[in-house]
Amino acid sequence: MSTFVLLLATGLGLGALYFLVASGLSLIYGLMHVLNFAHGSFLTLGAFLGWAVAQRMDPSSWTGFVASVLVGALVGALVATLTELLLIRPLYDRHIEQVLVTVGLSLATVALFEGIWGTDADFIRGPAWLDETTGVLGARIPNDRFLIIAVAVLVLVAIVVFLRRTRYGMIIRAGVENRAMVTALGIDVRRAFTLVFAIGGAAAGLGGVLASHYFGYVSPTLGGSLLIFAFIVTVIGGLGSLTGAAVASVLVALLQQFANYYAGGTGDFVIVLALAVVLLVRPAGILGKVAA
Amino acid sequence: MSGPILSVQHLSASVAGQQVVEDVSFTVPATGITAVLGRNGVGKTSTLKAVMGLYQRRGEITLAGERIDGLPTHRVVQRGVGYVPEDREVFSRLTVAENLRLAERQPEPRRELVERLFPDLVARRDQMAGTLSGGQQQMVALARALLNDNRLLLVDEPTKGLAPLIVDQVADALEAASETVPILLVEQNLDVVRRLAGDAVVIAGGRVVHAAPAAALLADEALTQRLLGVHAETHDDKGAAR
Amino acid sequence: MRRSSWTSLGLGVAVVTLLAVLPLLAIQVPGVLPGPTYTPGALQLLALCMVYATLALSYNMLLGTGGMLSFGHALYFGGGAYGLGIVLERTDLSLWPAVALTLLGALAVALVTGAVSLRVSGIPFAMVTLAFAQAGSVLVRRNPDGLTGGDEGLSLDTEHVPAALVGVVHTRNLYWLALAVVVIAYLAVLWVDRSRVGHVAAASRENELRVRSLGLQPYTAKLFVFVVGGAVASLAGVLYLLLQSGTVPRSVGADLTVTVLVMVVLGGVGSRWGAIVGGVIYTLLNQRLTLLAGSDAIESLPTVLHVPLSEPMFILGALFIAVVLFMPGGIAGAARSGFGRGRSRSGATVLEAADDQGEQRVLEPQP
Repeated sequence: MSTFVLLLATGLGLGALYFLVASGLSLIYGLMHVLNFAHGSFLTLGAFLGWAVAQRMDPSSWTGFVASVLVGALVGALVATLTELLLIRPLYDRHIEQVLVTVGLSLATVALFEGIWGTDADFIRGPAWLDETTGVLGARIPNDRFLIIAVAVLVLVAIVVFLRRTRYGMIIRAGVENRAMVTALGIDVRRAFTLVFAIGGAAAGLGGVLASHYFGYVSPTLGGSLLIFAFIVTVIGGLGSLTGAAVASVLVALLQQFANYYAGGTGDFVIVLALAVVLLVRPAGILGKVAA
Repeated sequence: MSGPILSVQHLSASVAGQQVVEDVSFTVPATGITAVLGRNGVGKTSTLKAVMGLYQRRGEITLAGERIDGLPTHRVVQRGVGYVPEDREVFSRLTVAENLRLAERQPEPRRELVERLFPDLVARRDQMAGTLSGGQQQMVALARALLNDNRLLLVDEPTKGLAPLIVDQVADALEAASETVPILLVEQNLDVVRRLAGDAVVIAGGRVVHAAPAAALLADEALTQRLLGVHAETHDDKGAAR
Repeated sequence: MRRSSWTSLGLGVAVVTLLAVLPLLAIQVPGVLPGPTYTPGALQLLALCMVYATLALSYNMLLGTGGMLSFGHALYFGGGAYGLGIVLERTDLSLWPAVALTLLGALAVALVTGAVSLRVSGIPFAMVTLAFAQAGSVLVRRNPDGLTGGDEGLSLDTEHVPAALVGVVHTRNLYWLALAVVVIAYLAVLWVDRSRVGHVAAASRENELRVRSLGLQPYTAKLFVFVVGGAVASLAGVLYLLLQSGTVPRSVGADLTVTVLVMVVLGGVGSRWGAIVGGVIYTLLNQRLTLLAGSDAIESLPTVLHVPLSEPMFILGALFIAVVLFMPGGIAGAARSGFGRGRSRSGATVLEAADDQGEQRVLEPQP
């Protein structure tokens, strides 16, 4: 039982990280039909700069931690915004080329990070509470799991409220459905593009700082390794669906954790298998639009 | 009376390298309803989309004397062109109220006009637009254009697939709207055309082949048959014309 | 055959002949080759160029002919390299039967993964192929039963490999083998492009609905192109193993797929010779930039310049972005407009076709 609970908590924590990456990917894809390969780099940069700030202050203090989280989110948002304005926008509506540009950016930035911070993992630490555990039904759950889950839920709620309650949220929802019609109502949909990149980048940067606590290190490839699973999550959840991304994040992470433990470390294969099954049964994903 | 509100000269448009409109020229007078007619698939919808900038276009388009052919779609709309697309294209996962709010461009949108014309929508404001009937969706689409003080409306097949009673309602709304704003109307239902349209432009093979008062055109049985492929009489059943 | 076809055939024969006699000559290309063309170092580098040219050709068939943006192509390349390595190590088969077995295995993998991936198109297709390749990459790193050697990689077991293909002194033979493989790959790609199936695949890239209405099966045609592409890629992988005397996990990784994508876009999507040129240029650039990164000239630069310039992938990534932004047709496109020849179809339109969303926009919404 305690193993089960521990796996559940760890899986949910991992799912929370997947969601922080996948939410942005899914929003960006839904609105712009661009698969953002540079999303992992937003995460990595957020993690590195967040850690740099925490080190300058006091990594074991809560102020240092909160500052690192804020910096991570801010850096992610900033870099994502610049990416959209400088690289994506000039290729307006040429989706494949936009994807190629993000591929190039991810190549270049990972190499740059390796040049700046080296290829080895940088081990990090945070407030002592994060490394402690809390007993839940006999299982010792690392506290950082709770924090990561809570933050991801907050991000989910914040994005949902933003999408439901604000005019730009409305524009984004409408644009996911029918972008041409949004422009035909006199709305410059490109502003919404920049906005989803900023939001996605912020979530990824935030996720980077949290991921570095979850795994205990930062490295230039941190984002890339999470990105692949986030891709799978977005396909399984249905491209463009935020709720789908949330549900699939949790499902994928739990499946991965349980398969790793009970089926001899086969987690990654089980996920790819799940992806294949979903595609065969429901090509549009769990909550995706069913193709007409 | 001033000059035409819209002038289209040598308009060509292409989608993914395929030419869909070829050298179309016509003008739309500053008052009343001008009908765009033609058989299915001749490029009526594409012409409207090209004017809106939804398709890549070449040629000269002027709105009240100002060039708009270089503008992106949202700027064309901001100049005062309202667009009611074929097949409605309401945002099905937004509520009726959200659909309308999204369309409001001016500080004081003409909500009371819309509420008067389409009382049905008031009662259904919190319903998802995707769950509305075809007729109700058409009202949302029309309402989105009528909320703003436009200089021109482009309306694409507003009665397509609707029950006769609803067709009348839509025609009423268009007639009411045309008192304040000129309308360029693509319409297959010749009854509606006969009732509403002053002028008519006939497109065939991507180009304008005829431009005349609508009544004169539709009175000429042979001409109507040749240009539109339908008898002027068998207007009710437009399904048969397809 | 039109006259231009004869010209290009003659040109092709001339180039291949020149390349074939290269090991017998002593041509120096300072700054590109490490030594005269008869030296093993130069031949090794040229053969590696051919490995990647073959891989790029196979990828161009997917993207250029079939309009399929795959992010999992490395799976088949790595499958060829690891497959042959494992067969040679674990069985008593001699080289050529082992190669045949490997190619058959890769074919089967391509068939299964392709059949599933092609259930979707456009960007979702890209993501699914990426996931399959990732599974392969994880498998290799996990090192089940010590088969793949894990992160260390797998070295070539030379027991059953003919002596003429082993060792630095025989680099020349490997070079000729590599040249033969490029020619075979080119002919295979040409054959697919000209075949009925290739035409269907290309037509369905432009307009899938129209092809379907003609009663042809775009799915089958695309799958065929996908499988042939996978087979040619695994042939390149086989060659890679022999040439490098081993293979490393990078040869199945997403990085390699991205690298191939860079080669093809650099050369010009949809152009066969563009893919070859892209593969060669990329390989040479990568080699030179790595040498440059360690040079004193770079070391002495201030940090702001020294850090990025000492990372070859940074320079290549930036170059790639520049090509996509400013030279959409790649080298082939630039050459075409440079020679003023009619642009049959530019890389940009080919890329547009790989985008399922683009296709949807063309089609009016169905009532």
